[in-house]
Amino acid sequence: MLLLALLLLPAIAGLASFAIRADGVRRGLLVLAAASHAALVAAAWVGRPAPVWGGRLALDAPGLLVLSLASLLFLATASYTVEYLRREHHEPVQDFEEGDVFTNQPEAVFTGCLLLFLATMTLVTESQHLSLLWVAVEATTLASAPLIAFHRHHRSLEATWKYLLICSVGIALALLGTFFVGVAASGASGEGPSLLLADLIAAGPQLHARWMRAAFVLFLVGYGTKMGLAPMHTWLPDAHAEAPSAASALLSGALLNCAFLGILRSQQVLAATGQAEFGRGLLVLLGLLSMAFAAVFVLGQSDYKRMLAYSSVEHMGILALGVGLGGGAVFGAMLHAVNHTLAKGGLFLLSGNVLRAFRTKSTAVRGLARVLPVTGVLWVAGMLAITGWPPFGTFMSEFTILRGALDGGRFWIAALYLVLLAAVFLAMGRIMLSMAQGQPEGALARHRVPEPLLSVAAPAALLLLSLLLGLVLPGPLREVLEAAARAVGGP
Amino acid sequence: MGISIDPFLVALILVNFMLLGSSRLLAYIRFVAVQGVLLGLLTLTAPEGLTVPAVAMAAGSAVLKGVVFPLLLRKALGGAGVRREVQPFVGFTPSVLVGMGALAVSVWLGTRLALPFPLVSPLLVPVAFFTMLTGLFLIVSRKTALAQVLGYLVLENGVYAFGVPLASKAPLLVELGVLLDVFVAVFIMGIMVYNISREFDHIDAAQLSELRD
Repeated sequence: MLLLALLLLPAIAGLASFAIRADGVRRGLLVLAAASHAALVAAAWVGRPAPVWGGRLALDAPGLLVLSLASLLFLATASYTVEYLRREHHEPVQDFEEGDVFTNQPEAVFTGCLLLFLATMTLVTESQHLSLLWVAVEATTLASAPLIAFHRHHRSLEATWKYLLICSVGIALALLGTFFVGVAASGASGEGPSLLLADLIAAGPQLHARWMRAAFVLFLVGYGTKMGLAPMHTWLPDAHAEAPSAASALLSGALLNCAFLGILRSQQVLAATGQAEFGRGLLVLLGLLSMAFAAVFVLGQSDYKRMLAYSSVEHMGILALGVGLGGGAVFGAMLHAVNHTLAKGGLFLLSGNVLRAFRTKSTAVRGLARVLPVTGVLWVAGMLAITGWPPFGTFMSEFTILRGALDGGRFWIAALYLVLLAAVFLAMGRIMLSMAQGQPEGALARHRVPEPLLSVAAPAALLLLSLLLGLVLPGPLREVLEAAARAVGGP
Repeated sequence: MGISIDPFLVALILVNFMLLGSSRLLAYIRFVAVQGVLLGLLTLTAPEGLTVPAVAMAAGSAVLKGVVFPLLLRKALGGAGVRREVQPFVGFTPSVLVGMGALAVSVWLGTRLALPFPLVSPLLVPVAFFTMLTGLFLIVSRKTALAQVLGYLVLENGVYAFGVPLASKAPLLVELGVLLDVFVAVFIMGIMVYNISREFDHIDAAQLSELRD
């Protein structure tokens, strides 16, 4: 029942949001639904919920991990969004980048889609049936597309269009992959195990190896598009940069993990057929490629939201690399997913504060620490967190993946990994530190911009958690991470 | 049972070629509608035969793809007040030639990837691949946003055709979910086409190229 409650709560609240007229009530509902969802997830940590609908919905360790990250980030984002929406305008406003006029989407649509987005992400994490998983992942695309188009100006329309089309086409390939698994699981008379994960893993060696390999490639391209793995990442920087910052945080910190889960599921089935190495090789390749793409584009970046978006491509690459390396690196990848969500979620929320005060996305911003003292300090902390400085959690997880590579004797990969990490660190460090320092220009030099508590509380909490995770890894979290790593081929 | 599937499959091939060769968006919408109805009929030939849920699914899918989508997309087009041509990057004669190549590749793929169980027709897999390739080609070679939506639908139809013999693998509710997803996708894309046309005074996706590094 807990599983159904987790799904229905945000879904019903989301549908209700479309109908509620009073802004205050709707914003209250958003926070209430977010908090209740988080409480239900906490209950799932205490006692694992029983599977429902013939085992098609269940919560295993990888699912619980991704669900918890989504729920936590959603709670943080909801509190931030209330403050954000309070200051957004309903009437036509002038675009500060190009000067033309646009009208925001109705707030009810934004809040409603936000909650439906949470419901669809919950469905992704609970799906144990490959077709259902596909339905859920495609539904996340559809629920989140209107979020990107909140400001109805032409840049956000362009970003939404790319997101919708590229991800839908990518995910259509994942559906073909799902059918390929169906073929792989069929005997000569057409009978065979269902597409339930447990059935497929149990049938393991009886699955047709060739069809399964083809299916994995389609999954990797399909869900990899959604996850932002290079070279299928082209929609990601546009969508993450043009969406309102709260939506960017969710897209980057929660949604990418859901797509990653899709790839993990296919790797689980592939490994059961005894071909884990085939999948791992491809994951290492795409992982390093994503890191390289991200390094190149962060290096010359002139837009700080796009810089954060490319950093997401980098970190998704690290996740793929970790799973691909196998051994201890898989645990590192699971831990890294947690750290990336915390740090990147916090940074995207902060970028919203910067954008509001400076009214530009250019990296030419100077004097952040003077104009927005709290945001400025957190911005620097976030830079250290996302680039893997001790004592932040990212350092631990990136180090674990490095050790996994060295233990496996893959020295070239380890060297390349270190070089790419260093390149992104130098590039992001240069951009973000110079934004924090210096003298602000124009009117901003004379008076400080107010920083309401709600606009900094959530990012501060997320970054604090990221810091604490680097110092101590709580027992229950370690257990879930280890169980998740075991499920996808770790020791 | 007893329904011969081959005429439908041949009709699907012809529709794909007509899509590749036509220049008007209204014709596109009509051809994709025909394709949707053909696919609905195709599902009736699935191995489990004419059960009530199977017929209901087939009818639902045919109505959705044959009636609802065309109306919706026509509305998006009608509101747009735009040029009614598809604006290809690749001309129509080369497109048809590409189609022939794609058909050859699909037949070759069909022989390479032998299914472990007997099919209602050996044509099914090649036709499914050909439809997918046609859809992908339309998406990358046509400039108009609406033509890209139709390309996506053709791609989805191809994937759907491939899934026909596997219909029994997924519970009905999940199949409904797939259909619902496609419906919502087309619905949202329709709204987007409408918004893009209002904002840009055209639905030329090639001009959506401001965001870049």
